[in-house]
Amino acid sequence: MLAIPVLADLAFIWGPAVVSIALSLFKWSGIGGLHARSCITGGLFPDNGCFTGLGNYNEAATNYPPFWPAVEHNLIWLAVFVFVATPLGMFFAVLIDTGLRGNRVYQTVLFLPVMLSLALIGIIWEFFYSPNYGLINTVIGHNTNANLIDWLGDPSLNLWAVLVEASWRQAGYVMVLYLAGLKAVDANLKEAARIDGANAWQTFWRVTFPSMMPMNIVVAVVTVIESLRAFDLVYITNKGTNGLELLSALVTNNIVGETSRIGFGSAIGVVLLVISLVPISAFLYQMFVRREAR
Amino acid sequence: MKRASWRAAGTVFMIAACVAWLVPVLFALYVSFRPYAETSQYGYVSLPHHLTFQNYVNAWTQSDMLRFFGNSVLITVPAVILTLLLASMVAFVVTRVSIKVNLALLLMFTAGNLLPPQVIITPLYRLYLLIPLPGFLSSSGYLYDSYTGLIVINVAFQLGFCVFVLSNYMRTIPDEMYEAAEVDGAGLWARYWRMTMPLCRPALAALATLLTTWIYNDFFWAITLISTGGKRPVTSALANLQGQFVSNQNLIAAAAMIVAVPTLVVYLLLQRQFIAGLTLGSTKG
Repeated sequence: MLAIPVLADLAFIWGPAVVSIALSLFKWSGIGGLHARSCITGGLFPDNGCFTGLGNYNEAATNYPPFWPAVEHNLIWLAVFVFVATPLGMFFAVLIDTGLRGNRVYQTVLFLPVMLSLALIGIIWEFFYSPNYGLINTVIGHNTNANLIDWLGDPSLNLWAVLVEASWRQAGYVMVLYLAGLKAVDANLKEAARIDGANAWQTFWRVTFPSMMPMNIVVAVVTVIESLRAFDLVYITNKGTNGLELLSALVTNNIVGETSRIGFGSAIGVVLLVISLVPISAFLYQMFVRREAR
Repeated sequence: MKRASWRAAGTVFMIAACVAWLVPVLFALYVSFRPYAETSQYGYVSLPHHLTFQNYVNAWTQSDMLRFFGNSVLITVPAVILTLLLASMVAFVVTRVSIKVNLALLLMFTAGNLLPPQVIITPLYRLYLLIPLPGFLSSSGYLYDSYTGLIVINVAFQLGFCVFVLSNYMRTIPDEMYEAAEVDGAGLWARYWRMTMPLCRPALAALATLLTTWIYNDFFWAITLISTGGKRPVTSALANLQGQFVSNQNLIAAAAMIVAVPTLVVYLLLQRQFIAGLTLGSTKG
């Protein structure tokens, strides 16, 4: 009963994760074999299939222009999720939970983007952002060729435009998680706080929020993981180039692009792996270690 | 009085948010119903002279849409069934059979699902090119560029989440029921298949809804592990259609709406199940 699922998980998830660490130490185009010898520099052709140690990491950090922008964009992505999308989703949940009239409708509408694929979201928003015909430029009067704003093409704007799309979806996701969290909060606690003279703001931050701790951890992990996984939106918009570089897109472009650089792509993957292990460990600690201790 | 005005402000805010949330979708929908000749003259933001289904007809007939939908079904259905079957077995063993490595197994599966897929794609891509498959499972002869390969990775990747959710769910079944079943002579398989699985029906239904949507919506695995355009499931085929219809954006809008239909059906009919699936794993912790 265990053999097949455990083998599948080891062979297709953890195996590759470990192998990517090994591959990241080699310089390899994927053609020809791998050799356990050091790379020779300065030959007529670039050496291939050889051991380069931390060479790929060094190259990524010093001689690969998209690397640092990608790191920066991933950080901006995370910051926008942490400071905009997640608080917005939480605010939606709190408002809906107070029992406003029509709250079923609000919940249904705000949840819609969570069901759609990110690829589809990217396409839908292209009409909104279209330079000549789109909604936003027509409304703000920037749709003539003289004063066009190219929301998705301009490298200083497109990250923010795509982040609007991403937050549009993420806020709905966070909302349903917190709605479940809020339902689990003991109503007597809130009532007691109210009787003691706490206002709505104090009640939420001092009573409701702390008693949702398991859900807060889940939301925190979802927020971090989703900003590391971000890929589909930038890939459908411009394959993750020209202002939309993300670590995930760099990995992909190094294996499915015209130049296949297996070792180098793995090195960027490992960078992503190491960063991801932080929220993953935090989550596992909360979910298992602390619960087992209880 | 003060409370009433807060509520009014809240309602206004929520209505504004809902309008803002719907605009991008309704706008694309509007574009999809308008002829290209008209929008290229007046822009998308203009009153309609004609509304037409022609874009939908063209998007369907000028692409291999039926085939892409077929691919999605061929991948999603087996992947969902296999994931639930395998995940429920692991969850059952982890919660009901006492072996030393239970916690380690649970950690391994849960953490695996949290990894960004891009972390493993490079070696996975090479691995897929190395594993040969018989012709009836793969026309390419390898896991790479085959439906089987796509099913395998979707199953392996989603297993973690399902094991996590199902093990939390199974933990809530009282021990006494299992003790009674054992006294009655029910073997391990009977306790799993005849007793645990029926009790887990709500969780399984919720997860099935969630997995169907997620696997149908998958974009990343399909664009990296399938190279033949005709084998792509519909969500990732959309990216190719975008190139094919580049001169007629209205067709793309219609194609996008067609691709959204199955998820919208789930959204309208099974939203409760979907949300239950999303939150099951996190509330019982």
